[in-house]
This record gives sequence, C-alpha cells and structure tokens, in this order.
Amino acid sequence: MLRECMLFGFMMVCAVATIANAAERYHLGRPITSDELAGWNIDVRADGAGLPVGHGSVREGQQIYATTCAGCHGANGEGKPMDRLVGGFGTLNTASPAQTVGSYWPYATTLFDYIRRAMPFNAPQSLTADQVYAVAAYVLYLNKIVPEDAILDAKTLAKVQMPNRNGFTSPDPRPDIKTTPCMKDCR
Amino acid sequence: MRKKGSFTGKAELRGASINQHPMDRRRLLLAGGALSGALAGNVLVPQISSAEGASNLPPNVPAWMKEQGAPILSAPYGVPSRFEKNIVRRKREERPTDTAATSFAPLQDLHGIITPNGLCFERHHGGVPDINPEEHRLVVHGMVDRELIFTMDGLARFPSVSRIHFLECSGNTLNWKSANPKWTVQFTHGLLMCCEWTGVPLSTLLDEVGVKPGAKWILAEGADAAAMSRSVPLSKALDDALIVYAQNGERLRPEQGYPARLLVPGFEGNMNVKWLRRLKVGDQPFETREETSKYTDLMPDGTARQFTFLMEAKSVITHPSGGQQLKGGPGFYEISGLAWSGHGRIRRVDVSTDGGRNWREAQLQQPILSKALTRFRASWQWDGSPALLQSRAMDETGYVQPRHDAIVNARGVNSFYHYNAIQTWRVDINGEVSIHVA
Repeated sequence: MLRECMLFGFMMVCAVATIANAAERYHLGRPITSDELAGWNIDVRADGAGLPVGHGSVREGQQIYATTCAGCHGANGEGKPMDRLVGGFGTLNTASPAQTVGSYWPYATTLFDYIRRAMPFNAPQSLTADQVYAVAAYVLYLNKIVPEDAILDAKTLAKVQMPNRNGFTSPDPRPDIKTTPCMKDCR
Repeated sequence: MRKKGSFTGKAELRGASINQHPMDRRRLLLAGGALSGALAGNVLVPQISSAEGASNLPPNVPAWMKEQGAPILSAPYGVPSRFEKNIVRRKREERPTDTAATSFAPLQDLHGIITPNGLCFERHHGGVPDINPEEHRLVVHGMVDRELIFTMDGLARFPSVSRIHFLECSGNTLNWKSANPKWTVQFTHGLLMCCEWTGVPLSTLLDEVGVKPGAKWILAEGADAAAMSRSVPLSKALDDALIVYAQNGERLRPEQGYPARLLVPGFEGNMNVKWLRRLKVGDQPFETREETSKYTDLMPDGTARQFTFLMEAKSVITHPSGGQQLKGGPGFYEISGLAWSGHGRIRRVDVSTDGGRNWREAQLQQPILSKALTRFRASWQWDGSPALLQSRAMDETGYVQPRHDAIVNARGVNSFYHYNAIQTWRVDINGEVSIHVA
C-alpha cells in the first residue's frame, strides 16, 4: 500500500484507502463447512436448541450409569468421590446446602450438554446421543423429576421443568456492600 | 560426570545427585531448610548458620570467584537459582483427581506485579491438553454474517495488542467460614496472577465475522477434556476482551491455554476459557454447567446470584504473611502486598497494624494499571508486641474492600465465590505470622 502510494504519488487517495482498509476484513480465516462444524457444534441451549436426534430411556440409562458413572457419583447418585447428583431438596437455604442436579440445576438441557461434552471423566465425548439422553433420563429419574418409564428426546428433554428453575437471580446486584473508609479509632 | 572445575561440568552437576556436588553440604542444609519451610512459607530473614558456608564469607574469597561459572546454555531455557527451588505452585489438599484440580501461586515469594509464567496458578477441569497448534483451530459461528475457521498462524496475523491484566479465580480466598489457621497467602489468595497478555482484540475478530443484529452473548469453548464452556456478554467481548496467544513475552504455557485463550479482563477466572476452539454468537446465555450449577453465588435465602462476573476490589499483604516469621526481632520491616479491581485502577490502599483500628495510606508502586495488580508498600517499625496486619483497597469507582463481617452480613457463608474481604495476619511476640481468625 505504502509503496504504491509513493510510486503513484496520490497521497490523498492513499490515506483514504488505508482508512477504508482498516474497516474492511483481513481475510485471515476461511469459511467453515457444515461438515466441519457438525462435529464441534455440541452446545445445547436452555430452550433445547442444539439437542441432537436420538432418544434414551430411564432403564437404558440405569445400565449405562451403573457401568460408567456410579464409580465416581455413587450407585444412586449420592456422590463421593465426585459431585453428588441426587437429592438435597429443601437444603439450599440451610447451613449445609446440597447443590445437586435435582435441588439446584435450573435446566435439564444443561445436564445433556454437560454429559455430552465432559463425561464420562475418563472418556469424554465417547457416549452416543442415545446414551446421553438415557443417562440424563436416569439422573432425572433418581431425582424424581421424570417417571420410571420416561424416554427423553429433543422435544421431551427441553420440556422437563427443574425444581429450582426460578432459583437464580440476575443481573448482578453488586456492589452490595458500601463502606466508608474510617482512618482513626475505628469500630 | 565430569570433574569439578571443568568448563562444561556445571550444567551436568546441576542436575546430578546431591552427593557429587562440590558444595553438597551447603546444598543439603539449604534443601533441608527449604523442605521444612515448604508448607509454612519462607522466612523473612534467612537464617545463617555458622556451620554453613562460612568459608565463603568475608574475609575469605567465595569459592564461586575462584573458578569459571557455568557456561552459557547450561539451561537453554533458563531456570531459577537452585536456591529458589522452594518457590513453586502447590496444591492445598488432596482431591479425588489432579486433573480437575487447582494449584496455587506462591504470592508470599513474588515481587512487583508480574507473575512468572511458571508460577501462574492452575485451575483445570479436565487436565492440561497437549495441543499441537498445527492441529488446533478457532471457529467463530452462530449469529454472524460469515462463519469462519482460523488457524493459529492466521490468528497471529491479525493486528495485535499487549496489555497487563490480573486474572483471579472467583473461588480464590475461601474465608467465608473459618479459615484454616495453617494457610499461607499462597493458599488464601494464590488463585491470582497478573501477566502481560498479547493477542487479538475479540472485537477485531467479531468485525471479521460480522455480528448480526440481536446478538447478545458469546459462548466460549475450550479444547480440553472438559470442553469448558462459558457465556460472555457481547458488550464485554466488544469492550476489552482479547484472544491471547502469549503471556509475559512468550507463547502461552500449556497450563494457561496454549495455543490460545480468551481473556476477559476483570471477570472471574473461569470465563477466560483456555485452549479456545470455538466462539458461538447467540441472543441469550447458553446456560452451561459452569454458569448454573457452578460459579453461581448461593444466598442465605436459597436463591443464587447468576452471571456475577466481575471481580471486585481486593487486596492482601503478602509480606509479612501467614507462615512467615520476623526473624530479625523488633525493628524495621516493609509491609508489602497486592491490590486489584475488576472495575479498573486502584486508587488507594490503606494498611493497619492494629487490626483495623487505625489506618494509614500505603505507597502505590507505579505503574497503576486498569484491571491489573498494583503493588503497595508501607514502612513499619515493629516494636515486638503482637500486631494485626490488614490492607484495604479502594478502586477508582470509590468502592472500598469490605470487612469480613460486612460480606457475611450481605451474602451469608454459602456463597463460595467472590470473597474479597480484608485479610488479617497476626504477628505474635516471637515474630510468627499466621492467619488471624476473628
């Protein structure tokens, strides 16, 4: 650009071109193909957007859970060594809150999203969509949020109402503590 | 093993067994001291034993002046003096796994405001991936005009900026209930770093893809075994967020997100997604596990605050601090510490040596940068009587770091994240420093 300006001597044109360039694109990436994106686009939103085709039942989930999840989360989701998944209802406002999937998580879709992206711990992203639906169904069943005969898919999972759905507040109310700094003989 | 005195011997001797080192006796003595101090933190004045290394003290000529030292490239990537090997990251307790885990920076032994790359705290949810940058990509998609994929070379070709910012885990400083009396500042405040970060403004990248009207949030996703994911408000992304590929002059360390991470200055550490592989633009938060079941602040009434991103003003005295000892007895000591705010610059830091009854203004070391650590210092003549050391930060918005009782009154004790109350260190009559539990 600079060399062209000097060669042609059109300094005004050069300046304008430089500014225009700054607002233009750098063309340093390339369009991603839908095939490429499909393997990486794994998030599931609260409204169910992103849930894949497939389905899973509580019963199927029970089998997968026993072999894949129980080692860390306990036979019935009671936790130890890792996070407790079940129960804790009514404890959030007590001295010992138990923040489980059942008592705390606001969206069932998040359960699918998280299992799909990060579980099982020793082999993340190894479960099929059907298996993730099934495990999610079983964890929800353990929390008495879906019945024993539940079969979850993109439609039914997105409709599951979590007990603590309305337990979260935003926006951030801070600063919630206002202090005037005392310098002498304080307290 | 070459003999002592050969020109190339030192490099090998460095890593050789202790017994064969020419100064093995001193080394063993120091190593023993280092080990015993490992959990308690170091001492302010090194104890010099008369039995150790006396031949190197005046009037004698030190051994290291009588021979050539180590040659260049003894360590092609330099390492600290072997006498500093106690200055390392540590874990606070045993956890079920060391991959979804945390290691803490030894703030008590650091100087100035920049955290050395090898001492930056670690918080991983699925371990540190071993990413070949040639095989790593960043995808930007969703509510954009052009869904693009970038190589790391392509990313590095964008106009870049370097900025100094702190990064603090929102779970830093778990003093809500009673703090462990054995904790040093490493374990109370060590989920904190401050680096010069180099990368591309996220706004530049978003201009490149063209954000569609109605977009409000961006999902950031990592390429680790947790596929870490957080929603970032578009307003923050366009304000001062960066995609960084370097820290403190070199490429990111693997444990800091190599080859690229998100940096959202002043926001809680978890949002600074490491090993960044995907940005998805959307019109609502993505409600990921890390912004619903975790990183939400439980209040006494059982509700939880969500999307509490900002790290409010905070400070801590790092020197003297828990586990250290004023070994020189009564006399002059410099109180020194760190202050920071996610809202911007630190305006003032006050220190107290009587538990918050009387305060005086500390000196602030330049540079005082926005959303960066600021080093403060105050002179102190210790008279040998028990003392309670405190620091109190004020940022440019006028916000003042609260007392412990104020934050507990406002939020109870189950909120876990975002604890930023004043820290108290107790100095007892023999100079030992420990956490003061009120």
